[in-house]
Amino acid sequence: MTQSADATPETGASLPQFPMRRTCPFSEPREYAEMRANDPVSRAALKVNGKPAWLVTRHEHVRQVLGDSRVSSNLKLPGYPHQFHIPEEMLAQVRLMMLNMDAPEHTAQRRMLIPEFTARRIKEMRPRIQEIVDERVDAMLAAGGPVDLVTALALPVPSLVICELLGVPYEDHAQFEQWSAAMMNHDLSPAEYGAAVQALDMYLDKLVTLKEDEPGDDLISRFLEKNRTEQVADHVDVVTMARLMLVGGHETTANMIALGVLALLQHPEQMAALQADPGLLPGAIEELLRVFSISDSGTARVALEDIEVGGVTIRAGEGILALNNAADHDESVFPEPGRLDIHRKEARSHLAFGYGVHQCIGANLARVELETVYGTLLRRIPGLRLAAGQDELRFKDDAMVYGVYELPVTW
Amino acid sequence: MRVTTEQDRCVGSGQCAMLSPEVFDQDDAGLVVVLQQEPGEDLRAGVLQAVDLCPSRSLHVEG
Ligand code: SF4
Repeated sequence: MTQSADATPETGASLPQFPMRRTCPFSEPREYAEMRANDPVSRAALKVNGKPAWLVTRHEHVRQVLGDSRVSSNLKLPGYPHQFHIPEEMLAQVRLMMLNMDAPEHTAQRRMLIPEFTARRIKEMRPRIQEIVDERVDAMLAAGGPVDLVTALALPVPSLVICELLGVPYEDHAQFEQWSAAMMNHDLSPAEYGAAVQALDMYLDKLVTLKEDEPGDDLISRFLEKNRTEQVADHVDVVTMARLMLVGGHETTANMIALGVLALLQHPEQMAALQADPGLLPGAIEELLRVFSISDSGTARVALEDIEVGGVTIRAGEGILALNNAADHDESVFPEPGRLDIHRKEARSHLAFGYGVHQCIGANLARVELETVYGTLLRRIPGLRLAAGQDELRFKDDAMVYGVYELPVTW
Repeated sequence: MRVTTEQDRCVGSGQCAMLSPEVFDQDDAGLVVVLQQEPGEDLRAGVLQAVDLCPSRSLHVEG
């Protein structure tokens, strides 16, 4: 193996290790509550390399950090709290995704994309999303239970939606879903991680080249077209942007669909309330997003200057993890945070989509997908139930994005 | 109640247009536009929620 930047751990064993595990899928890791109460801005050692980073656990402070232009998302900066093993020479070659850019590059690329995700555009996509969900539910009903909800519905719906939006042929989905899942896994070796990224980039490189010559009616083609005059991205940037959109559109929504269905099945009274009044769905979705806050370690930052957070000085060059799952269980904002309550008034204040300039650009698209899936299931398969005990389910404790590997259901 | 925005800070999340569609919209570039600069009191709750949840703190309300 090549020399890794992570070869020499530099902290003692006294610090708590990050990431921490969720003991209950519906809750945050136990340590978060203790930190929020006693030491809301505190040090931890990153499991991946033993290096120290700051953990921020209160809602107010997480918003403060993510809204502060004196912190950077650039993973190439020393001190950035990595969640994966990335050898130094690989890091030097990495092309930054929008997620890891700062202003002004970030602003320029994001502005190219936001017209694709306006409230109006998302509304226009609704009928097609409904059609996609109905087709999958038809197939489920035709096959008969029990089925694995992840492969039957939770993954194909966002996959079809993002493929259509980007103009990626869905026929190839088995391949890129595998690469996408691999990239979310904390335990992958650098070689395996690199191979997954490379394979997906080669695939997308061909696709982008094709669209450069023969544009279609899709996001990538429109981006390329606009870029001809705006010139904010080169070919590799477009490939990287396409990868971010494709992977981002897959893992997150798919995991939220499956976990949300599981949560509703475990709370039959709340499910019955939703069946009786589908108008409660948008609020319920915010509450489900809050409770699970599935992409907890996605908000890594590094301080560019000394900043003060909750009375603690974080020095320039130090890594910060602004934990949205911890923020979303902050009892000062969400009383009894461990309780799922679809009627919760303040649920919308959750930070599951992040906060600040990097807040998930697809948030409203994800909301419509979730609303369509949950609404359709409640209406069309009212007798839905788990076909396995909760103790038989395997949760994605080892992944960047939390979820459940399989969800056997029947009706 | 008077509503103002800083369009150059807006990151186009569309949260405001979803939460308070009577008062906020997005232009063709996806950036926030104000539909009513002095909305009625009945819209206050929605406007305040949009102000609080805007991820880029681009929305302001006086009065
Ligand atoms: S919520 Fe804020 S960032 Fe989002 S569109 Fe409205 S003004 Fe812009």
